Amino acid sequence: MSEAKSAGVLSLLKRELILAGLKRGEREDGRKLDEFRNIEVITGYVGKAEGSALVKVGDTKVLAGVKVDVGSPFPDTPEMGVQIVNAEFIPVASPVFEPGPPGEDAIELARVIDRGLRSAEAVDLSSLVIVPGSKVWTIFIDIYPLDHYGNLIDASGLAAMAALLDTKIPSATMENGTLKISEEKKPLPVNTRVVYVTVAKIDDYMILDPSFEEELAADARVTYAINEDMNICGIQKGGSGAFKVKELLDARDMALEAAPKLFEKLPPAGKA
Amino acid sequence: MKGNIKLIDENGKRVDGRYPNEMRRLRIEAGVLKNADGSALVELGNNKILVAVYGPHEAIPKYVAEPDRAVIRCRYSMAPFSVDERKSPNPSRREIELSMVIRQALEPAVFLNEYPRTMIDVFIEVLEADGGTRTASITAAAVALADAGIAMRDLVSAIAIGKVDGRLVVDLNGIEDQYGEGDMPIAMMPQLNYVTLFQADGVFTPQEIEEAFRMVSDPIKKVYREQKKALKKKYEEVVEEVEKNE
Repeated sequence: MSEAKSAGVLSLLKRELILAGLKRGEREDGRKLDEFRNIEVITGYVGKAEGSALVKVGDTKVLAGVKVDVGSPFPDTPEMGVQIVNAEFIPVASPVFEPGPPGEDAIELARVIDRGLRSAEAVDLSSLVIVPGSKVWTIFIDIYPLDHYGNLIDASGLAAMAALLDTKIPSATMENGTLKISEEKKPLPVNTRVVYVTVAKIDDYMILDPSFEEELAADARVTYAINEDMNICGIQKGGSGAFKVKELLDARDMALEAAPKLFEKLPPAGKA
Repeated sequence: MKGNIKLIDENGKRVDGRYPNEMRRLRIEAGVLKNADGSALVELGNNKILVAVYGPHEAIPKYVAEPDRAVIRCRYSMAPFSVDERKSPNPSRREIELSMVIRQALEPAVFLNEYPRTMIDVFIEVLEADGGTRTASITAAAVALADAGIAMRDLVSAIAIGKVDGRLVVDLNGIEDQYGEGDMPIAMMPQLNYVTLFQADGVFTPQEIEEAFRMVSDPIKKVYREQKKALKKKYEEVVEEVEKNE
């Protein structure tokens, strides 16, 4: 394990090395600036979950699991199911993760994924009502990075989306005032798929799918969530640096260009 | 739910009578607190945001100190009575995320390397909320940092672009935020022309992102003018006070 990996900091020399490579249009692992690492999506990884997916983006591995439960709707949306996204940066995934409740990074990740799915109306929450105003399905999406080698947002987005596409929910009905849940399961209704593309800025260079060390070298990042109509359904700038407006628009174009390749890796969206 | 309420009328006016490119009344006062090293009160429409800056002081706990720069500790917090239904004073996930993105919106503007091994506190209290609290908080925090005499490259000025009834508008209020189609808060260093906060929820076409940046330029400048005015006013008052006592 490299020094940077264990300490979560990058030496100035290493940053210079990364920058020198970018000036030549090269990255340490031989990728082009706008190239993703190999992506692998394995659905149905966890049998007990209603849906799950293990996603590998290069050496980064993220597992997402979906559990469903009958709960109460939010008072302002009585005829909608509930979607909850949570992320746990478990200490198995990186020496920079510590045991304990989610920190700000884990909370940010979960909220960015949640906003993209919610804005795109990816999960058809209106079809998850059992008794309007009192009983609806709650969809819990839990994101577990297993090995952190950079770009957790994009990998987690793929894992969450693939897990939702893998999800099957039982049918529930009210009979004489009691809730009956049948063994028969049907696929979770999904309106559109969503992918997340993060662009990291190192000095004046913009790269896709940053590795762990590239993330440490980066001044800032911006993530675009993109739906199947190729519209933007979520944006998050991160990191302590700043962007020129033109850089954010260039990043948008890079993200839109990369999105179809990510959609290809996901299972197709099936309406119930 | 979204889309069920008409937010722009046939005269092109919004629910509070504003035109699409019109922001709400903005009032900024610098140096409102006696204990804090710097402070500001910002009213943006019905929002009331109070910010106190303490520091640079010794980093607490010591292990968070950085050998080459100051660390900013930022806390965005909403008072229980600031919203319609009482909000628990415990930090919510939203508040934790906002504390982080607001900190990251301010960091590029502060000469952190001038204050190695120290900590600068930015405490944000939302006293009343009505849509756009994060942008008003950034606007207030930048004034409070400057009021504390902390070396800065530029101020940070923020305002949101939103989408209601399919149109882009400036500075969403609470109702527009709740029933509109999208919200895109933007913070910039207006002199240097850098974007330091950029978020969005809702669906925007790729062209609308460009349009949003064009639309936000004037309101950002307006916020910036008000921030400078507030900072100058405080010193003008000091001068008046001194002259009176002479």
